[in-house]
Amino acid sequence: MHRTKLFDHVILMMGVFFMVGPLLVALMTSSHEAAEIHRNGLSILPGGHFVDTYTKVLTKEGGFTGKITGVRMMMNSLILGIGFAAGKIILSMLAAYALVYFRFRFATITFWMIFTTLLLPLEVRILPSYEVMNTLKLTNTYSGLIVPLLASATGTFYFRQFFKSIPDELLEAARIDGAGPFKFFIDVIVPLSKTMIAAIFIIMFVYGWNQYLWPTLMTTDESFFTLVRGIKQILLVWVGSNIPDYNEAFALAILAMVPPVMIVMIFQRWFIKGLTESDK
Amino acid sequence: MAAINITNVSKIYAGGVEAVKSVSIDIEDGEFIVLVGPSGCGKSTLLRMVAGLEAISKGTVEIGDRVINDVEPAERDIAMVFQNYALYPHMTVYNNLAYGLKNRGTPKAEIDARVAEAARMLEIEQYLTRKPRALSGGQRQRVAMGRAIVRKPAAFLFDEPLSNLDAKLRVSMRGEIKQLQKRLGTTSLYVTHDQLEAMTLADRLVVLNGGQIEQIGRPLDVYHTPASTFVASFIGSPAMNLLRGTREGNQLHFGSQVLDVGRAAAFPGPITVGIRAEDLRIANTGEQALTLKVEYIEELGAQRLVHGTVDGKKLTASLSPEIGIGETLSLSIAPERLHFFDADTGKRLAQPSAASDGKRVEMLAIAEA
Repeated sequence: MHRTKLFDHVILMMGVFFMVGPLLVALMTSSHEAAEIHRNGLSILPGGHFVDTYTKVLTKEGGFTGKITGVRMMMNSLILGIGFAAGKIILSMLAAYALVYFRFRFATITFWMIFTTLLLPLEVRILPSYEVMNTLKLTNTYSGLIVPLLASATGTFYFRQFFKSIPDELLEAARIDGAGPFKFFIDVIVPLSKTMIAAIFIIMFVYGWNQYLWPTLMTTDESFFTLVRGIKQILLVWVGSNIPDYNEAFALAILAMVPPVMIVMIFQRWFIKGLTESDK
Repeated sequence: MAAINITNVSKIYAGGVEAVKSVSIDIEDGEFIVLVGPSGCGKSTLLRMVAGLEAISKGTVEIGDRVINDVEPAERDIAMVFQNYALYPHMTVYNNLAYGLKNRGTPKAEIDARVAEAARMLEIEQYLTRKPRALSGGQRQRVAMGRAIVRKPAAFLFDEPLSNLDAKLRVSMRGEIKQLQKRLGTTSLYVTHDQLEAMTLADRLVVLNGGQIEQIGRPLDVYHTPASTFVASFIGSPAMNLLRGTREGNQLHFGSQVLDVGRAAAFPGPITVGIRAEDLRIANTGEQALTLKVEYIEELGAQRLVHGTVDGKKLTASLSPEIGIGETLSLSIAPERLHFFDADTGKRLAQPSAASDGKRVEMLAIAEA
């Protein structure tokens, strides 16, 4: 067996330092006052304004309209992240189920068409998508934020590969046991995909949470702003002698990290299972 | 419980490949039929057509006087046991057994009763709350059988259920399946490539080759009177020796070697002669005999298999281990123990020496009566 040596620890500690260091700096800096930060730059020591900064960020009504609070933005981000992840999973599972278990014409072509859209990033179709949403009067709605992003080639692809690895005999046994297509999906496929769902949920949640460009386009009403947009908004006040509220920006950034980190921590057991083994 | 009638059933795949060619089998109520053949002979396809997992291209399948060609698998009143068990991995053993009944809307109390009964029969009661992954191969196979039993179907379909088990477990499970089937009296159709499994389990076995039936019969009848060289070489271990020879008068000529067969030549000319390894014995001095050039010996304990050549053709003899073996052996065989097959078609030729076989068949018939 390999014995742990000092050198191994040094490598790991350096890794931790580079990963955690910036976060620590952001956290510490957020507890100082804006003017102080402007004068002294970043700080690695705690200041005395931790509680009031965070309370302010979460509850202060800000923005141009003066209506939007940090809590509100966090809610919006959560709605976007969860709606996005859940919608993508449902849609891509259904698509993959059809592709794998039903023989319809052009199934292979359909799959490859879905698959090639993997190559197209959102930005390529962002203007047409916006136009469609605008015509449908879905700008400044949650549906407008979420629905156009739901079709997921990645998700469909992963689920398809996973379904293909489920032995055919299971389907046959279920057919003899009198389970129709819907029952088979709910009773067998969904429970078997649990780990896979958890893995995709994490990836998609973080992806949705971090969306910036699409929410920027879709929402002009500040009550729909997400956290990621909010950070930007704070720094946009460089007018006259105003100092941007660096502390608040840092606080918001730290807050913006908490939910994805929590999701990863909660789901990581299944996540690793989903990526490495299949429960068959 | 029902009879199954398979009439002129064919399976033709999209590419025009005919996997099963006009097969007809009448299975009586409660009978245990084993479909046996090498891989690719169409036995699994035939079973899957009965199960409803493959469409029937031609012909009809009836279960208990009901044509089920277009009936959904779940409505056919059958239960199937798969080679890889096909248990639902996320359900407990109890739920695995109950799933089919739940889907049929069976009342909860009856499901409980039936599952308990099946579990008791298969001795898996203490595993009911476990998931399949926590069970050994043999236990999983029991659960798979339990899933078939709780349904109380008209027929059991087995698709090589023992192939994934180790040799020792396979033998004991084989016995259990046989006893269970006898106790329940459920008509069974069982697919295997293992001729020993086929011999030990079957009431009647069906030997398939290239999508066609080579022979249907009781295991001993098939063993003692194989209908073709294919059946002869497939059923029995070691395989029946098949030697090409020529018949002239009362004699069989294998190259330079000659064997006296004692009776008038019914079919002179080239012929394939079948000899069971255990029918060969050491020739008495002065007796006409085949000379076997010994190549190697397999010790099986109870007997010893001597592999060698007769006139350059392979021959295996099964002899008692007490017999000393030199470099060559003189082997003899009772003429009525010889099997004759057409040299071209491989079909069995009606033997002039069939008298003894006939007697045995008669005796079997009396015993059955």
